[in-house]
Amino acid sequence: MTATVVKKEGPAGVAPAPTVGNHVNNYWRRVRGGDIGALPAVIMLLVLAVGFSIARPSFFTAGNLANLFTQGAAVTLIAMGLVFVLLLGEIDLSAGFASGVCAAILANVVTVLGYPWYVAVLAAVVTGVVIGTVLGLLVAKVGIPSFVVTLAGFLAFQGVVLTLMDEGANIAVRDDTLVAIANRNLSPALGWALAALAVAGYAAVQLLRHRNRSARGLLTDPIAVVAARIGGLAVILGLAVYVLNLERSRNVLVVSLKGVPIVVPIIAVLLVVWTFVLQRTSYGRHIYAVGGNAEAARRAGISVDRIRISVFVICSGMAAIGGIVAASRANSVDPNTGGSNVLLYAVGAAVIGGTSLFGGKGRVLDAVLGGAVVAVIDNGMGLMGYSSGVKFVVTGVVLLAAATIDALSRRRAAATGVR
Amino acid sequence: MSATPLLELRGIDKSFGPVQVLRDVAFTAHPGEVTALVGDNGAGKSTLVKCISGIYPTDAGEFLFDGRPVSINSPRDAAALGIEVVYQDLALCDNLDIVQNMFLGREKRSGIVLDEPTMEQMAAETLAGLSVRTVKSLRQHVSSLSGGQRQTVAIAKAVLWNSKLVILDEPTAALGVAQTAQVLELVRRLADNGLAVVLISHNMNDVFAVSDRIAALYLGQMVAQVKTTDITHSQVVELITAGRSGGLGLAGEPGSNGTGAAPADTTPGAVR
Repeated sequence: MTATVVKKEGPAGVAPAPTVGNHVNNYWRRVRGGDIGALPAVIMLLVLAVGFSIARPSFFTAGNLANLFTQGAAVTLIAMGLVFVLLLGEIDLSAGFASGVCAAILANVVTVLGYPWYVAVLAAVVTGVVIGTVLGLLVAKVGIPSFVVTLAGFLAFQGVVLTLMDEGANIAVRDDTLVAIANRNLSPALGWALAALAVAGYAAVQLLRHRNRSARGLLTDPIAVVAARIGGLAVILGLAVYVLNLERSRNVLVVSLKGVPIVVPIIAVLLVVWTFVLQRTSYGRHIYAVGGNAEAARRAGISVDRIRISVFVICSGMAAIGGIVAASRANSVDPNTGGSNVLLYAVGAAVIGGTSLFGGKGRVLDAVLGGAVVAVIDNGMGLMGYSSGVKFVVTGVVLLAAATIDALSRRRAAATGVR
Repeated sequence: MSATPLLELRGIDKSFGPVQVLRDVAFTAHPGEVTALVGDNGAGKSTLVKCISGIYPTDAGEFLFDGRPVSINSPRDAAALGIEVVYQDLALCDNLDIVQNMFLGREKRSGIVLDEPTMEQMAAETLAGLSVRTVKSLRQHVSSLSGGQRQTVAIAKAVLWNSKLVILDEPTAALGVAQTAQVLELVRRLADNGLAVVLISHNMNDVFAVSDRIAALYLGQMVAQVKTTDITHSQVVELITAGRSGGLGLAGEPGSNGTGAAPADTTPGAVR
């Protein structure tokens, strides 16, 4: 084809090089057009944090902040897996109890059978992968709606946990490594080192991309915006590490309690890995494509069934990791691990963070932001002395509000053509 | 206009069970030309296209591509030859941007990482080669594009892979006047760039505006394939609706043209 030789008038669609001003303008236009992303979650987080801090000064202490992370960790991890399922417009109602089953396997292997912790962790994750494969096959190959398949899973897994727990006894988890996940902290120096590493890595990726793109004459974000992003991350991470490194023990002479909880870097690493998979690999691109238009994906040669099965595998695998963290935090596994509100909190976290229930839109970061909102509500209202009844109602209302925002912004996006 | 057609079909038969949809169809597409494929609903246009693109196997007949006999058994075979089809319902993902859509399923990678700059550059060059200036940014989501722009993206996606034959299924069916003109201009430009273009259309104005040849299907038979300059508007309509017009098309009596020696009551016309 000689087409590209004939005309040489620069790449099509060259807009004037964006300045900081019109970068902000563009962003604002997208928000008004309905592409709000994680904005509601961030605003909600700020409002809630300020509100609770005023109402209960104890909310804004280093000790409580560390609590927030460990309280929200399991739900956040499950929500990160759910994002993949939601991206296809499917749902996994069994994720909560799947995490319970995996936690029960973990406890049985490590405590009852006495194997080392890594065998138990492996067994739990493999269990999650097997559960996900079965669910995925039923949805993709047999063609049962995911709602029904996972509702059946929800009931059945509840029974499996009970059976594994010998009809209701709990099993303690006393392995030091496993208990450390949600109950110990990094040393302050290591916390700083990891934060510095994260900022440096992020800066390297951003600057390399900027240089690569401008070298090829492609449109780039202004360097000031890139710098602001890196600076923003540095400030947020710096503040978080500083606060978490403060002494939060009531009696320093008895025990010193400071540092970033170990579960935080675990979440951060998984966040980076899954974000990379979704945004930078063709597998991730295909997940978005199947979620947006499965028929188009099929015609483009993408194996839709394989993608569909794989997201359930990821979801249940992440549920297993969530279950491990939950078991670590409670030092034990009981028949209700992964039960009651865990699943709804996880779905709520993903949706509050900005992942669409209609498929095709969402990020792993959404789960983390939404998980933070859910954790703050739960924690803050607990400090205010509200009963769990009130907490459930409020969380339900927040979830409904997030789903409403999702539906309305979708409608607005359809009307304005921005998405 | 080269002497050997890029694609030549001879004696294509295709049945679905007892229903014969294509009988003894001959069809050619030349590089640098727009060949309009016309016919009423149910005449077999879509079936013919699906045979060419490898979605349906044919029962009989031969394919010549660039003068060489080939067999097309799957869409992959067709794509390997350089045949791309732009379907009526476009098959674009609304939630992805233009570049992502153009490379969907065939992403450029370096290692396991997507090579976005290369893809963006290639997409920009392809669109520039087609003189497309209507899209503002290559990174805007397809949901924000107009119908004409979407069609443009779908066509550019087909052209991106150094394709030689592009088949467009009713590209202007859902478009307004200005956008139709825009797309037709693009279709013309594809042919001017040396591609063989097959345009399926119901709209006679479109057909006469851009095509070099017209191929008319009537109840599964190719009744005429003539130069656009040698035929009038009303003759084409007659070919589509009655299968013949003056000296063109089927001979007077069914069965006497030597192709389908079928009794009158089993012709497709009677089946319907």
